[in-house]
Amino acid sequence: MMSADSNPRQPYENYHDWYEGQDRARLIAKSRDAENLFRKTGITFAVYGHEDSSEKLIPFDIIPRIISGREWRRLAQGIEQRVIALNAFLDDIYHKQEIIKAGRVPRELIERNVAFLPQMIGFKPPGGVYTHIVGTDIVRTGEDQFYVLEDNARTPSGVSYMLENRETMMQMFPELFHLNKVRPVEDYPKTLRQSLASLAPPGCSGKPRIAVLTPGIFNSAYYEHSFLADMMGVELVEGSDLRVVDGKVKMRTTRGYEAIDVLYRRVDDDFLDPLTFRPDSALGIPGIMDVYKAGNITIANAPGTGICDDKAIYSYMPEIVEFYTGRKALLENVPTWRCSEEDSLKYVLEHLEELVVKEVHGSGGYGMLVGPTASKKECAAFAEKLKARPSNYIAQPTLSLSTVPILVNKGIAPRHVDLRPYVLVSDKVKIIPGGLTRVALKEGSLVVNSSQGGGTKDTWVLED
Amino acid sequence: MLGRTANGLYWMFRYIERGENIARLIDAGLRMALTRSGSSDEDWDGVLQSAGVREDFDEVHGKLTGADAIDYLLRDPANPSSVMSCIESARNNARMVRTALTRETWEATNECWIELKLALSKRVKPADMPEVIGTIKRCTALIRGAFHGTMLRDDIYNFSRIGTFIERADNTARILDVKYYVLLPAIAKVGSSLDNMQWESILRSVSAHRSYSWVYDGDYSATNISDFLILNDRMPRSLAYSYDKIVSNLGYLAKLYGDNHAAHETASATLMLLRSRNIDDIMEQGLHEFIEEFIVHNNRLGEEISEGYRFYR
Repeated sequence: MMSADSNPRQPYENYHDWYEGQDRARLIAKSRDAENLFRKTGITFAVYGHEDSSEKLIPFDIIPRIISGREWRRLAQGIEQRVIALNAFLDDIYHKQEIIKAGRVPRELIERNVAFLPQMIGFKPPGGVYTHIVGTDIVRTGEDQFYVLEDNARTPSGVSYMLENRETMMQMFPELFHLNKVRPVEDYPKTLRQSLASLAPPGCSGKPRIAVLTPGIFNSAYYEHSFLADMMGVELVEGSDLRVVDGKVKMRTTRGYEAIDVLYRRVDDDFLDPLTFRPDSALGIPGIMDVYKAGNITIANAPGTGICDDKAIYSYMPEIVEFYTGRKALLENVPTWRCSEEDSLKYVLEHLEELVVKEVHGSGGYGMLVGPTASKKECAAFAEKLKARPSNYIAQPTLSLSTVPILVNKGIAPRHVDLRPYVLVSDKVKIIPGGLTRVALKEGSLVVNSSQGGGTKDTWVLED
Repeated sequence: MLGRTANGLYWMFRYIERGENIARLIDAGLRMALTRSGSSDEDWDGVLQSAGVREDFDEVHGKLTGADAIDYLLRDPANPSSVMSCIESARNNARMVRTALTRETWEATNECWIELKLALSKRVKPADMPEVIGTIKRCTALIRGAFHGTMLRDDIYNFSRIGTFIERADNTARILDVKYYVLLPAIAKVGSSLDNMQWESILRSVSAHRSYSWVYDGDYSATNISDFLILNDRMPRSLAYSYDKIVSNLGYLAKLYGDNHAAHETASATLMLLRSRNIDDIMEQGLHEFIEEFIVHNNRLGEEISEGYRFYR
């Protein structure tokens, strides 16, 4: 919030004036109100492996993270370029594979990748769109300095928190929205619905019927699935509701089977079709891939997009962006060592205590080593894992992330954050002005994942 | 609407109804224990039977005591019909059908669960019982209020209502089935204080000890109580009233979807039967047999609805 000369940074000026006039006890009471509101609404997530505390709240901090319009515009341009490149990359690797032929990305990294689906080779999804919904994780290190931390092109989650956080802030502090011109995010469900409807499959005649596919109420993100279906006014279905009838995917309704045209799936590729992928999957729909390839359903995001989430692929993103857009990437990548390469592995092993080491397919902050905060013993144990399967890991330096203020009992204190803006892709790319700000609540911590004690904040993009 | 959603709504409301009725049974049992001198543990035998968990109780507890019976009925997770289990199941179903519910109905259900989870986290002390029973009744009443005040009158509403009344008819019939001997004219010693207490307990377990007096001018009689609970179409927990509601809600579905199922026939036949019989006939031909048959038909209706509307694959 503050700049080096201890004045509030420009986008925070109005907020700062308002905050100075507030009674701290009242703000802390408001924080508790917010928590009750979330609990009452049932905005909870499941933590796997915790028997008795099966439902948890993600802590919410009431101080918004504020981004100036100017900074946002730069950021948005970079994101748009990146998302366009991701779609072009997916189209290429499942068709001509020019990027491999040009020697910019090694063949085995693509073809031996578990997230690469040979079933998608030669198939063009409706509208040529692979990733309809993208969440790009970004960190800010200083004025106009942003790095992309990772791309979430498979099934990015968290957008319900973006919406509920805003809703909560507007209920609790309406006056702040008079003092600041905050760009709205509320249109997201409507935009998502339009964007999904615009990519109906060739086999759809008439108004496309849309559904959200969820693994069910025990999934950690179930709240979000039901929330999005509810806000869009579309069906929320499980695999057991669906079956392939007469070459269409149909859902079992109280009056018989009815066709679905666009499926926003929140189920991983592996579980989508037991006939094509994991035969033991009870979450998917046997035969849906055949329907898909026959042009009778749109699956969003397309199967096989998860390869973009791979952290080894990530390390090639600067090349990928340049290859498809013909311009240098506007957003920087965090320098990344691929442990599969001998020199890099050697460097990583020698500098473990300075680096963050991640699994290439990992997510949720699981299975990673944060060198600077790890003990000698943890580093040594991790080094063994690294040596055993080097290609399973990448390493990055710890960035000096900028901090934003959070409310604590003694007042405000700085914490590290990241930012996940949401992008919708149809015939155009729409970036929602805002996103999910995740905050590492533990002092000094760099891990923002909700499964590892992170919280969230409302994210304001100012109109200026 | 998805078959699974119809199923979820139906069971959500069955469980809410069941949870509330179990609380009422406990309330009536407590009242009996208060008004009777000496040991009252055998009264809990009847309460457990009415709740349909008498045998299951024995598997968990060696000996029947009032305190254990109350705990089993109120909060034992091993008892799928305990109040806490019912509310837990109702909420799980509500989460599953979240998109079919208004925000108000969902929040009332969720808050009911949050509040009861807290109130029932430990064995309830006898002194706290009235407050806990009150909390259960208030929480479920709030769900009902939110539901009636905010839900669209469409098929979502119809499946919810059908669930409510299938469960309610079942619960009322069970109470009658367990206590039928108290209502037999041959055995009943009219005016004895024991019978009066038993009868009042029956009425209390359907929250009708006051309304009964309004309808039947105060005097307790086996025939009038049976009439009230079985045939009176103004008594909201009677079999006749429940079936009136089931038939009309099934009727809306038939109109909306343009087709009839076996369930429509079964429900109408039962309603006709309840409308055409009078209580003296029923008492004469055997109250017990009548109720037993009713319970069988009611269960069958539930299955026919689930099949007709594709609740499952």
